[in-house]
Amino acid sequence: MISLTSPIETWAHRVPAGAKLAALSVATVGLFLLDDPISLGVAVLAVAALTLTGGWDFARAAARALRILIPFLALIAIWHAVTGQVAAGLVVALRLLAALALANFVTMTTRLSDMVAVATRPLAPLRWLGLPTRALELALALVVRFTPAIARKGGLLAESWRARSPRRPGLRTILPLAALAIDDAEHVAEALRARGGLETPKTST
Amino acid sequence: MERNLAFIALFAALIAALGLIPKFTLAFGVPITAQTMGVMLCGTVLGARRGALAVLLFLALVALGLPLLAGGRGGLGVFATPSVGFLLGWPVAAFVTGLIVERWNGPLALVASVASVIGGIAALYVFGIIGLAVMLDKTLVESALLVTAFIPGDVIKAVFAGLITSGLARSRPASLLSRG
Repeated sequence: MISLTSPIETWAHRVPAGAKLAALSVATVGLFLLDDPISLGVAVLAVAALTLTGGWDFARAAARALRILIPFLALIAIWHAVTGQVAAGLVVALRLLAALALANFVTMTTRLSDMVAVATRPLAPLRWLGLPTRALELALALVVRFTPAIARKGGLLAESWRARSPRRPGLRTILPLAALAIDDAEHVAEALRARGGLETPKTST
Repeated sequence: MERNLAFIALFAALIAALGLIPKFTLAFGVPITAQTMGVMLCGTVLGARRGALAVLLFLALVALGLPLLAGGRGGLGVFATPSVGFLLGWPVAAFVTGLIVERWNGPLALVASVASVIGGIAALYVFGIIGLAVMLDKTLVESALLVTAFIPGDVIKAVFAGLITSGLARSRPASLLSRG
């Protein structure tokens, strides 16, 4: 599966993932503390400049990721045009833009493996205490592996529906899809047990 | 143990796969995706704890940067959008839905539908509305008005979730972990 990491290598790809996540947390809290349009406007410009350091193509891809805000920005524009509180509307819109663009910047410049490494680091103390963290790592890998498999089965079900009916399948293919996912789960469980299961030295099932 | 893990992982993958099914639009123009129905199914089929874990697992992968939300969205950015409350409410929605199916021993299709309405709509919208209020700087009442348009679509999904659950109980009786 393709992650959202940008294939265009930037300087930020080389910054440790933990540092980027810490900076993102601090900056996001900061954005919610600011509430005048001028300082938030400066923040948006700063994030835009940060994104442009990755080059033109990188910045274009980053801008595309902002499209999910369009309905919300339209809503804010209408709402605040009607109520006349234009400054308050600007504050909300600029804050949303800056927060989303900054979070996307971190996602785009951090490899999935680095992100997983940071996310699983807090689990290390649990492992020393003898708790099984293998289950979580295995579950993450299973989801990544089975999402395209189940999606493909969903596509096949929709195709065979279309072969039989002129109408669109809608929600009717979801029951067989869920049944297929359950069959997969039973097979995976069996395969895991056959390979020694989740056993770690100190646990019992 | 292995079976629980496999079911949790496969249902997380099912939520992701449902996001890839093209959206369809209700008569009055509100697009709905099947992903919230996946969350409801996690609760009705897996039960409270396993259902919530499956949804948490799915959200963890989204946060790590996989484009698993409907429309290929993902990454840390989705937790900075106004709909963040709905995402954070998903595990709770699956938990509440699952708890009701576990505790109420009525006819499954009905119980699962009602549980999906209570967990997947009532409980979920509490989180969603608080998220909207914070992110858009509106009052709770104003935020609640903004999302009312989505309720009919979600009710349809809850009813479908109930029917699918009873269908699964008939075709895969052993799979209904929520009814033990």
